[in-house]
Amino acid sequence: MESTEPEPSDSRPEEEEEEEEEEEEEEEEEDDGALLAPKQRLAAMEDCLAKKMEITVSEAEKRTGRNAMNIQETYTAYLIETRAVESQSEGQCAPVESLWRRYSEFELLRNYLSVTYPHIVVPPLPEKRLSADNMDPDFVERRRIGLENFLLRVASHPVLCQDKIFYAFLMQEGGWKEMVNETGFQLKADSRLKALNATFRVKNPDKRFTELKHYSDELQSVISHLLRVRARVADRLYGVYKVHGNYGRVFSEWSAIEKEMGDGLQSAGHHMDVYAASIDDILEEEEHYADQLKEYLFYAEALRAVCRKHELMQYDLEMAAQDLTSKKQQCEELATGTVRTFSLKGMTSKLFGQETPEQREAKIKVLEEQIQEGEEQLKSKNLEGRDFVKSAWADIERFKEQKNHDLKEALISYAVMQISMCKKGIQVWTNAKECFSKM
Amino acid sequence: AASAPKPLPSSGPKSLREMPHPLATSSSEEMGPALTPSPDLLLPRSIADKDLSLPNGTPVDTSSPASSSSLLNRLQLDDDFDVETRDLFVTVDDPKKHVCTMETYITYRVTTKTTRAEFDLPEYSVRRRYQDFDWLRNKLEESQPTHLIPPLPEKFVVKGVVDRFSEEFVETRRKALDKFLKRITDHPVLSFNEHFNVFLTAKDLNAYKKQGMALLSKMGESVKYVTGGYKLRSRPLEFAAIGDYLDTFSLKLGTIDRIAQRIIKEQLEYLVELREYGPVYSTWGGLEVELSEPLEGVSACIGNCCTALEELSEDMTEDFLPVLREYILYAESMKNVLKKRDQVQAEYEAKLEAVALKREDRPKVPTDVEKCQDRVECFNADLKADMERWQNNKRQDFRQLLMGMADKNIQYYEKVRVALASI
Repeated sequence: MESTEPEPSDSRPEEEEEEEEEEEEEEEEEDDGALLAPKQRLAAMEDCLAKKMEITVSEAEKRTGRNAMNIQETYTAYLIETRAVESQSEGQCAPVESLWRRYSEFELLRNYLSVTYPHIVVPPLPEKRLSADNMDPDFVERRRIGLENFLLRVASHPVLCQDKIFYAFLMQEGGWKEMVNETGFQLKADSRLKALNATFRVKNPDKRFTELKHYSDELQSVISHLLRVRARVADRLYGVYKVHGNYGRVFSEWSAIEKEMGDGLQSAGHHMDVYAASIDDILEEEEHYADQLKEYLFYAEALRAVCRKHELMQYDLEMAAQDLTSKKQQCEELATGTVRTFSLKGMTSKLFGQETPEQREAKIKVLEEQIQEGEEQLKSKNLEGRDFVKSAWADIERFKEQKNHDLKEALISYAVMQISMCKKGIQVWTNAKECFSKM
Repeated sequence: AASAPKPLPSSGPKSLREMPHPLATSSSEEMGPALTPSPDLLLPRSIADKDLSLPNGTPVDTSSPASSSSLLNRLQLDDDFDVETRDLFVTVDDPKKHVCTMETYITYRVTTKTTRAEFDLPEYSVRRRYQDFDWLRNKLEESQPTHLIPPLPEKFVVKGVVDRFSEEFVETRRKALDKFLKRITDHPVLSFNEHFNVFLTAKDLNAYKKQGMALLSKMGESVKYVTGGYKLRSRPLEFAAIGDYLDTFSLKLGTIDRIAQRIIKEQLEYLVELREYGPVYSTWGGLEVELSEPLEGVSACIGNCCTALEELSEDMTEDFLPVLREYILYAESMKNVLKKRDQVQAEYEAKLEAVALKREDRPKVPTDVEKCQDRVECFNADLKADMERWQNNKRQDFRQLLMGMADKNIQYYEKVRVALASI
């Protein structure tokens, strides 16, 4: 996997970009949900920010300050560095620009993107909080990498990378928060989405979305199970390796009382120490693999969110249609004087006397206006819905490709890692065997 | 009644063929069951002829090669037998289960091939059970108390915890019994012991055992080694060193045993987690389309890893741990022999002192003190020779053992690596 441009080390999304382009050129895209034809999609990707700009989250720093409630707090700030990529190698590098952001600002950005682009599977942020300590250096380091990854993912997304707020997040330190809030995106945010498990009875659900939602649930479940067991496996493996270190000590002690056997034992013991120590590096590499899986655990959540939004849209549509139908019926009843459906109004008018024809006329007029409004609304909602499905499905396809590619790579590099672990093990034990043979 | 103590053949470099057999001159009735209560006569001379096999007193051939070979021991610098000069081969194999009304037990086939004159036939094949090995070891300890007798695998097995009839247990025991006999075979003195001979050749060992038992009951205390509670003045440095060495050696082996057990335990716990880990990849593979192949691949790999790990743990349990434990037992029995040596020396010193105190005007040292001195020198020499042999064998045994351990680990990693390469 080679990148043709001088990219930062963590340029995975860019690399993935290149492969995706190749895949697309080879594939026959028959995509009725696609927003753009393959060639156009290619062009969009060429345009994406990640190609034009190097982005890194290079440092993390502890800060103290006063929060909104005027209480002193410590938090970590992250340094975002950006630099324009010169397309031709002029030999000169553009200057690096930088600014500091904290995690809550990243969250704000992501919320904004989720609301503004509901049909997009928005890249996830690294975990919100460890149970223990947000100041723990390992946690901060992993978070730094995760945040950088987030920015790169957004910057390589054909739609998201063009967002002005995102650009400002990268470039404009002061006044960014106000800028975001001015977009009024919070108003657009549907509070109903926050109720994760609330069900909306949709009469005609889109099968594809239902399946997708089911898939995202299963994916979340299986990845989190996998991560849990992997952690336990790693713990146990750690134990096995570390106990071997005890051999080192006892072989050394034993060698002291031996004559011919002494040297062999002593040096073998040294190899046992090496073996025991090697597990630390191995497990650290494995953490990287775990982080890759974790990203997709959270991505599954983002996928689910898109399905939910669609569900809600569908629900609203059906409610609106239902409302329209009932209004039409009411109108008809008033006009013809027949009561088809039971209504409280009808009953009360029967009980308390009929209306005057003028009253009835007025009512009919109001209803007719409402009906017209409703029909227009329904039309636009339908259109909205169709657009949503189209663009959502396009992004979902993009996401699927990305996911398959990334995870395949992750699995392969995991296997490679394990092979290297085996080779190290073989090496150490071969060395020990040689020492034993000299006893 | 004790016969008058005859001058025992000195353990010096005189050939024993020059000596009259101490018991040959006495009448058979006098000797009765061949062994008098006199402890002196029973004391070790590293010569096998004191323990007469025939209760009617028929003298045993005095020109026992054991005596000459024990002489050779002291003269030769290197008494390791080369394979080419070996004339005795013993193997233990073919375990079989016997179900009787009273009990169920296992017998092993003991095969002997030899060109030695002490054996009537060039080949023997007999069936023996653990009890028989145990008997043999006791007999060797009795009859050759100045030598280091190899250990047997542990006698008692906690029922319910270990299955006495499981393949693994029987195989582990078989290997240990085979090692036991081979160590005796390799020993220049022990291999000529007549109990050993009978063990290898007799069709009905029980009948022979009963004879020995009868003798035993008549002799009573006198057979047992006299531990007269004498205090030792000064232990010769080399034996003190051996004692210290054995103490530390046992300790270290004990530690290694614990470490090895801990590793096996950790490996098994690791295995438990792995067994859950693999299938999750499979489940995931079921969800996916494009990814299902690599996911299934990883799952299969983990399965192979589990199998390989199981094999490694089994090998360590069956091959590595028992040998360690054997050597710990060996060291213990060796320490006992050292104690006996101390006793013999103490007795000698006490007697010497007693004589000095009496201040009698004797031209020469009384014979019983001389005997003691002989005993001490004999014992020391035998022990030293055995220690050297033991050290050498121990080195080779551990070399093999530890290399084997390294090998098994290498094999494990190889298996896993090959499985991974297929992804």
